[in-house]
Amino acid sequence: MGRASPHPPRFEGITIDACFRCLVDQFGPQTVDGLTLGAIYALVALGYTLVYGVLRLINFAHSEIFMVGVFASLFALHALGIDTGDPTRSGLALVATLVAVMLAAMAASGLTAVAMERVAYRPLRNRGAPRLAALITAIGISLFLQELFAARYKREQLGFPRVLEKRQLFEFAGANIRTDKVLVFVSALVLMVALDRFVNHSRLGRGIRATAQDPETASLMGVDINRVVMLTFMLGGLLAGAAGTLFGVFFETARYNIGFLLGIKAFTAAVLGGIGNIRGAVLGGLSLGLLENWGATVLGGEWKDVFAFTVLVLVLLLRPTGLLGESLGRARA
Amino acid sequence: MLLELDDVGVHYGRIEALKGVSLGVDEGEIVTLIGSNGAGKTTLLKTISGLRPMSSGRISFDGVELAGVPAHRLVSMGISQAPEGRGIFPGMSVMENLEMGAYNRAGGRGAFARNLERVMGLFPRLDERRSQPGGTLSGGEQQMVAIGRALMAEPRVLLLDEPSMGLAPKLVAQIFSIIEEINRQGTTVLLVEQNAAQALRLADRAYVLESGRVVRHAPAAELLDDESVRAAYLGGDVGGSAAEVGDGTGA
Repeated sequence: MGRASPHPPRFEGITIDACFRCLVDQFGPQTVDGLTLGAIYALVALGYTLVYGVLRLINFAHSEIFMVGVFASLFALHALGIDTGDPTRSGLALVATLVAVMLAAMAASGLTAVAMERVAYRPLRNRGAPRLAALITAIGISLFLQELFAARYKREQLGFPRVLEKRQLFEFAGANIRTDKVLVFVSALVLMVALDRFVNHSRLGRGIRATAQDPETASLMGVDINRVVMLTFMLGGLLAGAAGTLFGVFFETARYNIGFLLGIKAFTAAVLGGIGNIRGAVLGGLSLGLLENWGATVLGGEWKDVFAFTVLVLVLLLRPTGLLGESLGRARA
Repeated sequence: MLLELDDVGVHYGRIEALKGVSLGVDEGEIVTLIGSNGAGKTTLLKTISGLRPMSSGRISFDGVELAGVPAHRLVSMGISQAPEGRGIFPGMSVMENLEMGAYNRAGGRGAFARNLERVMGLFPRLDERRSQPGGTLSGGEQQMVAIGRALMAEPRVLLLDEPSMGLAPKLVAQIFSIIEEINRQGTTVLLVEQNAAQALRLADRAYVLESGRVVRHAPAAELLDDESVRAAYLGGDVGGSAAEVGDGTGA
């Protein structure tokens, strides 16, 4: 996607060697990797879907909230005295380190998201600016944050010290179940269940759903819409921050534009599942992760994104509201 | 006066939707505001609720100035509304809709249980439908949820925006008798209605709104007998009194 390749693409006589045999052989491992990656997509996708649900706004700067989470994780590791090449920790020290790093990233991303809403979006909303203005603002904030980090930390990949020893735990269906993959998937699952419970069973969660379904009536019920909007930005930020830590642990890299492609994928996942629908974002994220890995196994790694986005287009042609449709609010389109 | 509007003006851009409306509701009363479509009735309620900014005039509730008070603060002050079109949250169950009515209600579980009992007593039908999604209810049931939800906040004044809209005559009669009961239980009611005949029979006092202006204000019984009001608002099908209105010409 959009990245210049060192080799010019060759179009004369494209041959795609579809290797279905490969998928059969590799099904277990590719499924595990797909779910791991998909869990990260899902966490970030939830931020797009939550904000869309209450504001009908695609916060395109959400990818940079994720990027802030990756950097915050990196800095938290440094602050805890962990550098590349250090021996990894184990036991309680490891758990404490991971929790501390993730909380730091969640706080950083959550604050970034809230600040973004307060400084950029709310003034536009209060003045009744057209939706296009908010969209352009989103793109502006996105570039601003990227360039801010590029100016400060250069445009190269920053190494991510290894905290968690990547050790095989057990083998399942030919797949190597590794510690870091388990960490990513289980943490993401816990956070997503927590979010679902919060939105569906708490008073504030009811306020969010009421605002998504009918903001004017919600305010007649005593819901402070501005606070609900702030809360949804914060929730999305917290999840994106956690995703940043998990991404760092899994891919061990940080870069100023690391949110770009992942953000587009997560947005795609949200649309695939049905934008505005929380469970849809989770389903969309996991599906996209799986599709990408399965597609890459059959067609070769360079076709990964082509395959994933082709599937997106096909799904939307058949089901324009996504797999689960919109449910946080009622469909208004 | 519990709720008082003094010379209230509202503009939508250059259009003047309300032109110096003055109106008052006393504690314990049922006051109705009648008028045809587009007279400004809903605008008036939205202005009281803080959803539309006033361009002139004052609104006070129990002596407190309401200008600049945001919509979401009014419920805690004692003003609840069953809005135009009912405003049911379609994806929420009946219970969740009722819980939304008590969103900011202090007093904990005790107060919640008491108010829920009152609402279920008024609308036994809702008790049977507790877990049904709001979007799948019939129009009558939705109106019951809208009124019940507003009562969950234990308001001092209940604002009703066209509770009869889209309902069969039998249901309208039922809803109106429940409104009467709610008032008997001590809640002040401001009822905005197009169904003038029903509203005038129920109310103590009435205001007639025309093109954003109050053109009449009198005891409801008096307007019910007034020839010009009958001609303008009670002509055609008004149930019981329809037969007495100059019939026979068709139309």
